[in-house]
Amino acid sequence: MAALARLQARLSGLREEYFRRNRSVDEYRKIEYKAAVKIQSWFRGCRVRAYLRYLRKMTIVIQKWWRGYRSRRYFRKMVKTAYFIMKMNFYNEMAVRIQKRWRGYYVRKYIHNYYALKKYLEAISVNNEIIRSELQKYTEMKENEEKRKDLEKKEKEKQYQARKMHYLLSTEQIAGIYNSPFRKSPDPMELLLRKSKPLSHRRQQKKSPFACELHDWPTCKRPPSFSTAQPLPCIGRQKPQGPFRDPAEVLRQRYKPLEPTLRVAASISSPLEKAREEMKREEWRNRVHDNEFLPFSSYHKNEKYDPSIHRSGKYGQEAYGIKHFREVQPKKWVTDKDFRTVLPSIVLFEKFGKTYSRTGQIV
Amino acid sequence: MSQRQVLQVFEQYQRARTQFAQAVAELASRPQNIETLQNAGVISLLRPLLLDVVPTVQQTAALALGRLANYNDDLAEAVVKGDILPQLVCSLSEQNRFYKKAAAFVLRAVAKHSPQLAQAIVQCGALEMLVICLEDFDPGVKEAASWALEYIARHNSELSQAVVDAGAVPLLVLCIQEPEIALKRIAASTLSDISKHSPELAQTVVDAGAIAHLAQMILNPDAKLKRQVLSALSQIAKHSVDLAELVVEAEIFPVVLTCLKDSDEYVKKNGATLIREIAKHTPELSQLIVNAGGVAAVIDCIGSCRGTVRLPGIMMLGYVAAHSENLSMAVIVSKGIPPLCACLLEEQEDHIKAAAAWALGQVGRHTPAHARAVAVANVLPTLLAMYVDTRSSEDLQMKTKKALKNILQKCTYLPALEPLLHDAPPNIMKHIVGQFSKVLPHDSKARRLFVTTGGLKKVQEIKAEPGSLLQEYINTINNCYPEEIVRYYSPGYSEMLLERVENYHPVL
Repeated sequence: MAALARLQARLSGLREEYFRRNRSVDEYRKIEYKAAVKIQSWFRGCRVRAYLRYLRKMTIVIQKWWRGYRSRRYFRKMVKTAYFIMKMNFYNEMAVRIQKRWRGYYVRKYIHNYYALKKYLEAISVNNEIIRSELQKYTEMKENEEKRKDLEKKEKEKQYQARKMHYLLSTEQIAGIYNSPFRKSPDPMELLLRKSKPLSHRRQQKKSPFACELHDWPTCKRPPSFSTAQPLPCIGRQKPQGPFRDPAEVLRQRYKPLEPTLRVAASISSPLEKAREEMKREEWRNRVHDNEFLPFSSYHKNEKYDPSIHRSGKYGQEAYGIKHFREVQPKKWVTDKDFRTVLPSIVLFEKFGKTYSRTGQIV
Repeated sequence: MSQRQVLQVFEQYQRARTQFAQAVAELASRPQNIETLQNAGVISLLRPLLLDVVPTVQQTAALALGRLANYNDDLAEAVVKGDILPQLVCSLSEQNRFYKKAAAFVLRAVAKHSPQLAQAIVQCGALEMLVICLEDFDPGVKEAASWALEYIARHNSELSQAVVDAGAVPLLVLCIQEPEIALKRIAASTLSDISKHSPELAQTVVDAGAIAHLAQMILNPDAKLKRQVLSALSQIAKHSVDLAELVVEAEIFPVVLTCLKDSDEYVKKNGATLIREIAKHTPELSQLIVNAGGVAAVIDCIGSCRGTVRLPGIMMLGYVAAHSENLSMAVIVSKGIPPLCACLLEEQEDHIKAAAAWALGQVGRHTPAHARAVAVANVLPTLLAMYVDTRSSEDLQMKTKKALKNILQKCTYLPALEPLLHDAPPNIMKHIVGQFSKVLPHDSKARRLFVTTGGLKKVQEIKAEPGSLLQEYINTINNCYPEEIVRYYSPGYSEMLLERVENYHPVL
């Protein structure tokens, strides 16, 4: 019980102790807590950081390896490409070299062959020369022909002239005008005249006053006719031996005129059609014109009458030609009286009524 | 009254009609009478005579009408308006050959004036009748019908097509083969007029087998026939390559070259036209002509004639030269340039000069060798003079400018370029100076010559806008020379020197 007593004794101390201790604990609690937090945070921080560090390290390792792998792969590829490009460039260069040579050769040989071109041009010029000379020949030939034709024409003209003037030929007695006796040789015309025949008297051609086109139109007076002359009988041919008919009879048979049957001779078209055609033709022939036909005779009606000079005087009609045909100018008259006739009068009438008879009476 | 007296009345009437018709026909052949005849109402008087019972009167009336219609288009229109054509067409098929001839003459005279009148003829159904006339026995009728068809077809492609649709072409081809020269001529010219409008029409003519017969007649001695034949062939060949090749296949070369030496001008012209129409299509056809010696013949032809006859030949040379450099060289080798220059100088008319300038431009535009050949002939100053001449037509100026440009851009022959430096307008100067700037850096002799002939001085005098092409060229030239020389030749250098003399302080 002592213990209990001791405890009892110490109880107040203890209580105090307890209180004190609690107080000190309470006093330090916040600090401790904060310290604990700090320690913990630090520790935990360290731990997490370490972990992160670890993670990063691992990442770097992974990435390092991966990137290295990839880059190496890329590099290898790049090298390959570069190599390929280099190769291709080389090949291209070589190809260009080959093509260059080949194309040059090909073009020079086949397309733009200088020598061939030169030869071609030369050939052209030679050909041109040939063509030119041939054309020249052709024209000369043509000209000669023309000249010859002209000459022939002139010759013909001359001959015709000679025939026309054949009467100028000299006779035995009288020398012609082309055969002058003062010359040594006769004129060439004389020779020509001697050779040519005189022109026969030309028949007068009846000429129509109208154009020649009209002239040579046969105006259905002479329709074009086929020759209907009988064939000539054969000359002196004997009747051939054998059972033949007489040649004349055979010929008659051969050339007898056609005798068509009625059926053939009749027209193909029916009588009705024929009649229609006839009617049509009739109608055509006697076609009636409704249009106004202005004959020339009524043409003057539209025209104003144009009087003659004498009738259209400024001061009205003149009497000339209507009343008299001789000009009358009374101003120039010497006297109003008519001229006296100068014929010897008939004595008996002169004296009529003026003389007295013997018996003193007026006669 | 006896029967004789009755008949006498009719006889008198008939005689009077005949006389009237003949007199009118005779009077209508002189132009001075036409006015009077028209005032006397001749057309309405002739119209009933076309239906006369006597064929002579009909024919003569038709002839008179034809002559009237031939005179001018008013009268032709009067004939159309007077409803005369249906009468003519109706009776065309049933009358004798003389009437047919006269009626075809009327149709021809009406159709020749205008497309409208020709259309009026087509509308009244004359084509069928004319085609029937082409089958007539008489060559005169065929000739007249063919002539009328020609006058209808020449106006435009529709009328031509109408003629073709009427079936005229095969008959015309038959007409060519007839022995009569006049008929051949007219049939050939009809074919020419039909085929000139369009490739289809030309193809129709070709399908009828015309080419072979036409080609045979090139050597015919008759000049007028030759003209028509050559014209027909060229009208066929002008449309397309195929047609041109068909013409060539008829073996017209080298026969056609003889036509270029013909005494007749039109034969020459049409021959050259034919060759031109063939040459213009492809280089191959041109080559064929060159190989056949056609170029030499054409060049001779150009040299031997004057005026419009030259024109197709000049154009032919241009076409050949335009195709390729070898062909152009062939023209040069065939001595083609001197005649072309002669054309440029001699001819009066601008269009021929323009054609010659164009041809020269085509010859010279390929390579420096070509340009040199042209420049040596001293063409460039002439071309330049024509270009700057105010009297030249616009077309000529344009053609000469183009030719100059083409030649100058290839020309490296400096002696020919130098004279141009003095009087070229700026747009030409550009090309000239450009050529100098290309040549001078590489040719020391030329550089020396350029200075001594005064070219450099001239170049310095040119006022070019800074930054322009011309300035660039001038700079290139200046860079070929030492600076002192360039400055020496610059304008105003002497003043500058004098100024320096004034400002100089003598050192004593």
